[in-house]
Amino acid sequence: MSVSLFTVRRFLISFSIAWVILMTDHAILLWSLEWPIELAIIDSLISNTLLLMACLLVMNTIRYYTPELNQYLNVLCMCIVLTILWMVLSKWLLGLALNSYEGYPLFLRRSIMVRSSIGFLIMGIVTMIGIIWYNWQDQQRSEERKSDAEKLTRDAELFKLRQQLQPHFLFNSLNSINALIGARPAEARKMVQQLSDFLRGTIKKEETQWVSLQEEMQYLQLYLDIEKVRFGNRLTTIVETDAQSLTLKLPALLLQPIVENAIKFGLYDTIGETVISIKTSTGINNELQVIVTNPFDPETSSPKQGTGFGLKSVQRRLYLLFDRNDLVVTEAKEDQFTTRVRIPQLPDMTT
Amino acid sequence: MAKVIIIDDEPLARSIVKEYLAKHPQLELLAECGDGFEGVKSIQQHQPDLIFLDIQMPKINGFEMLELIEQPPNVIFTTAFDEYAIKAFEAHAIDYLLKPFNQERFDKAVTKWQEQQQSHVPAKTEELLETAAQSPAQNQRVVVKNGSKIKIIPVHDIYFMEAADDYVKIHTHEGYFLKNKTMSHFEQALDEQQFVRSHRSYIVNVQQITRIDPYEKDNHIAILKSGMRVPVSRGGYGKLKAVLGL
Repeated sequence: MSVSLFTVRRFLISFSIAWVILMTDHAILLWSLEWPIELAIIDSLISNTLLLMACLLVMNTIRYYTPELNQYLNVLCMCIVLTILWMVLSKWLLGLALNSYEGYPLFLRRSIMVRSSIGFLIMGIVTMIGIIWYNWQDQQRSEERKSDAEKLTRDAELFKLRQQLQPHFLFNSLNSINALIGARPAEARKMVQQLSDFLRGTIKKEETQWVSLQEEMQYLQLYLDIEKVRFGNRLTTIVETDAQSLTLKLPALLLQPIVENAIKFGLYDTIGETVISIKTSTGINNELQVIVTNPFDPETSSPKQGTGFGLKSVQRRLYLLFDRNDLVVTEAKEDQFTTRVRIPQLPDMTT
Repeated sequence: MAKVIIIDDEPLARSIVKEYLAKHPQLELLAECGDGFEGVKSIQQHQPDLIFLDIQMPKINGFEMLELIEQPPNVIFTTAFDEYAIKAFEAHAIDYLLKPFNQERFDKAVTKWQEQQQSHVPAKTEELLETAAQSPAQNQRVVVKNGSKIKIIPVHDIYFMEAADDYVKIHTHEGYFLKNKTMSHFEQALDEQQFVRSHRSYIVNVQQITRIDPYEKDNHIAILKSGMRVPVSRGGYGKLKAVLGL
């Protein structure tokens, strides 16, 4: 499964070609020593077919039992034993087939050493190739498994990061609705609708990985409207989008945690009215740029506090999607905290 | 008639408590406050018998606000979701209302409070505040009262702390502030990698130390960037060495 059929076939073809060459070579050698051509061919066929069988046996063993580093001695022993067996068997068969030729029994006896050496050499090479081949296959498989597992975790993590919803927000919104029901039922109904639309947005499925800024801003507006009902006059938002940027793409639900972070930081770090501004523009390379600003109190809090959980998850998401860590930048100047996010536009950002 | 104050930063959250309160004519609502600063002022002014208090509020949270009041009134906490607060409530069996709550649940909390009033069960506010102070939000800052003003000291601004009778003197570049807490409270609540109890009566911010000199026989003295000197006992020297990786 892991190694393509193509590579397996290629391996078999090279193996067969090597064997044909070996056999031809063997026959030509005998023929050049002035043995008749039919003797040369029969000798070569018998010896090399037997050798092939021995080698296949070795390969098969290695396939199911890949030797550890300290077991190479066993492999060597196996090769020696098989070489001896092969020699004994082929000597007997060769004798049976070719002893009628004059001088052949003597030649056979004398060439035993040379034959065994070459046979042992070939078997050693085949064993080595086998070990390398099967090791490589194992490695391929485990690498594939690893990348599969990595992809799964990445998907799960991305999904989880998108799903982050502060329970605090949910329960406080429900509490606001509860208060509105008695006093202003029409507004309560409106807020139930907004909260439902917002929640529906958070549970959208995987296929909407990329959305246009226009879509994301509509979703963000729901969130801002709910927060404005909760915090009343304390919260004012300024949203400025340039028309060109509205068509650019970004990962779904990316901006809400950034704005949530800004609202929390702004509202809980200052007393009185809080203005949150959200500006979008088109940057270099057609990049989408979003700038969110919130006030904070430089005397009592470090800007580090501004990079709370919300921003970390956005940073992580962008890293997983773009393999870049420089897309979220924060800056504290006087009493304003700015979060700047850039989203590169990729060719495959279709939804 | 019992006097009541509502302290919550969300206007609608205040209005629902007000609505539920209307069914209890024996409770008189004196004030509504949108943050802890207003809360402290209002409590001093009205001396209420009972307050409804939210936890997450701007600048200082509900617990920090209570710490600033010498004799805190009885409290019914209202919160949407706060792991640490709920843990603290449960540890001290204090009633709290989880938002959103209905009239029945609200009435039950009020009845429970009235019963406790009659049986003179002392409120366990102090123990509660001690537990709540372990939350991550609260170990980043110390809230103190400086005359009539409320001062928020980020922990990195603290030079060192010094025991002074029932108080702890918190030394900063603006001078020192007093807080009605124990040394062991701060030793537990603050990050032990940054604040080390160098001496029975001293906790020092290690980021402020420039050097440590021997002093008398077994003792040492830490010299801070500001030039201030903080006693270091034998045991304290060992702890400092461990934190500084010497």
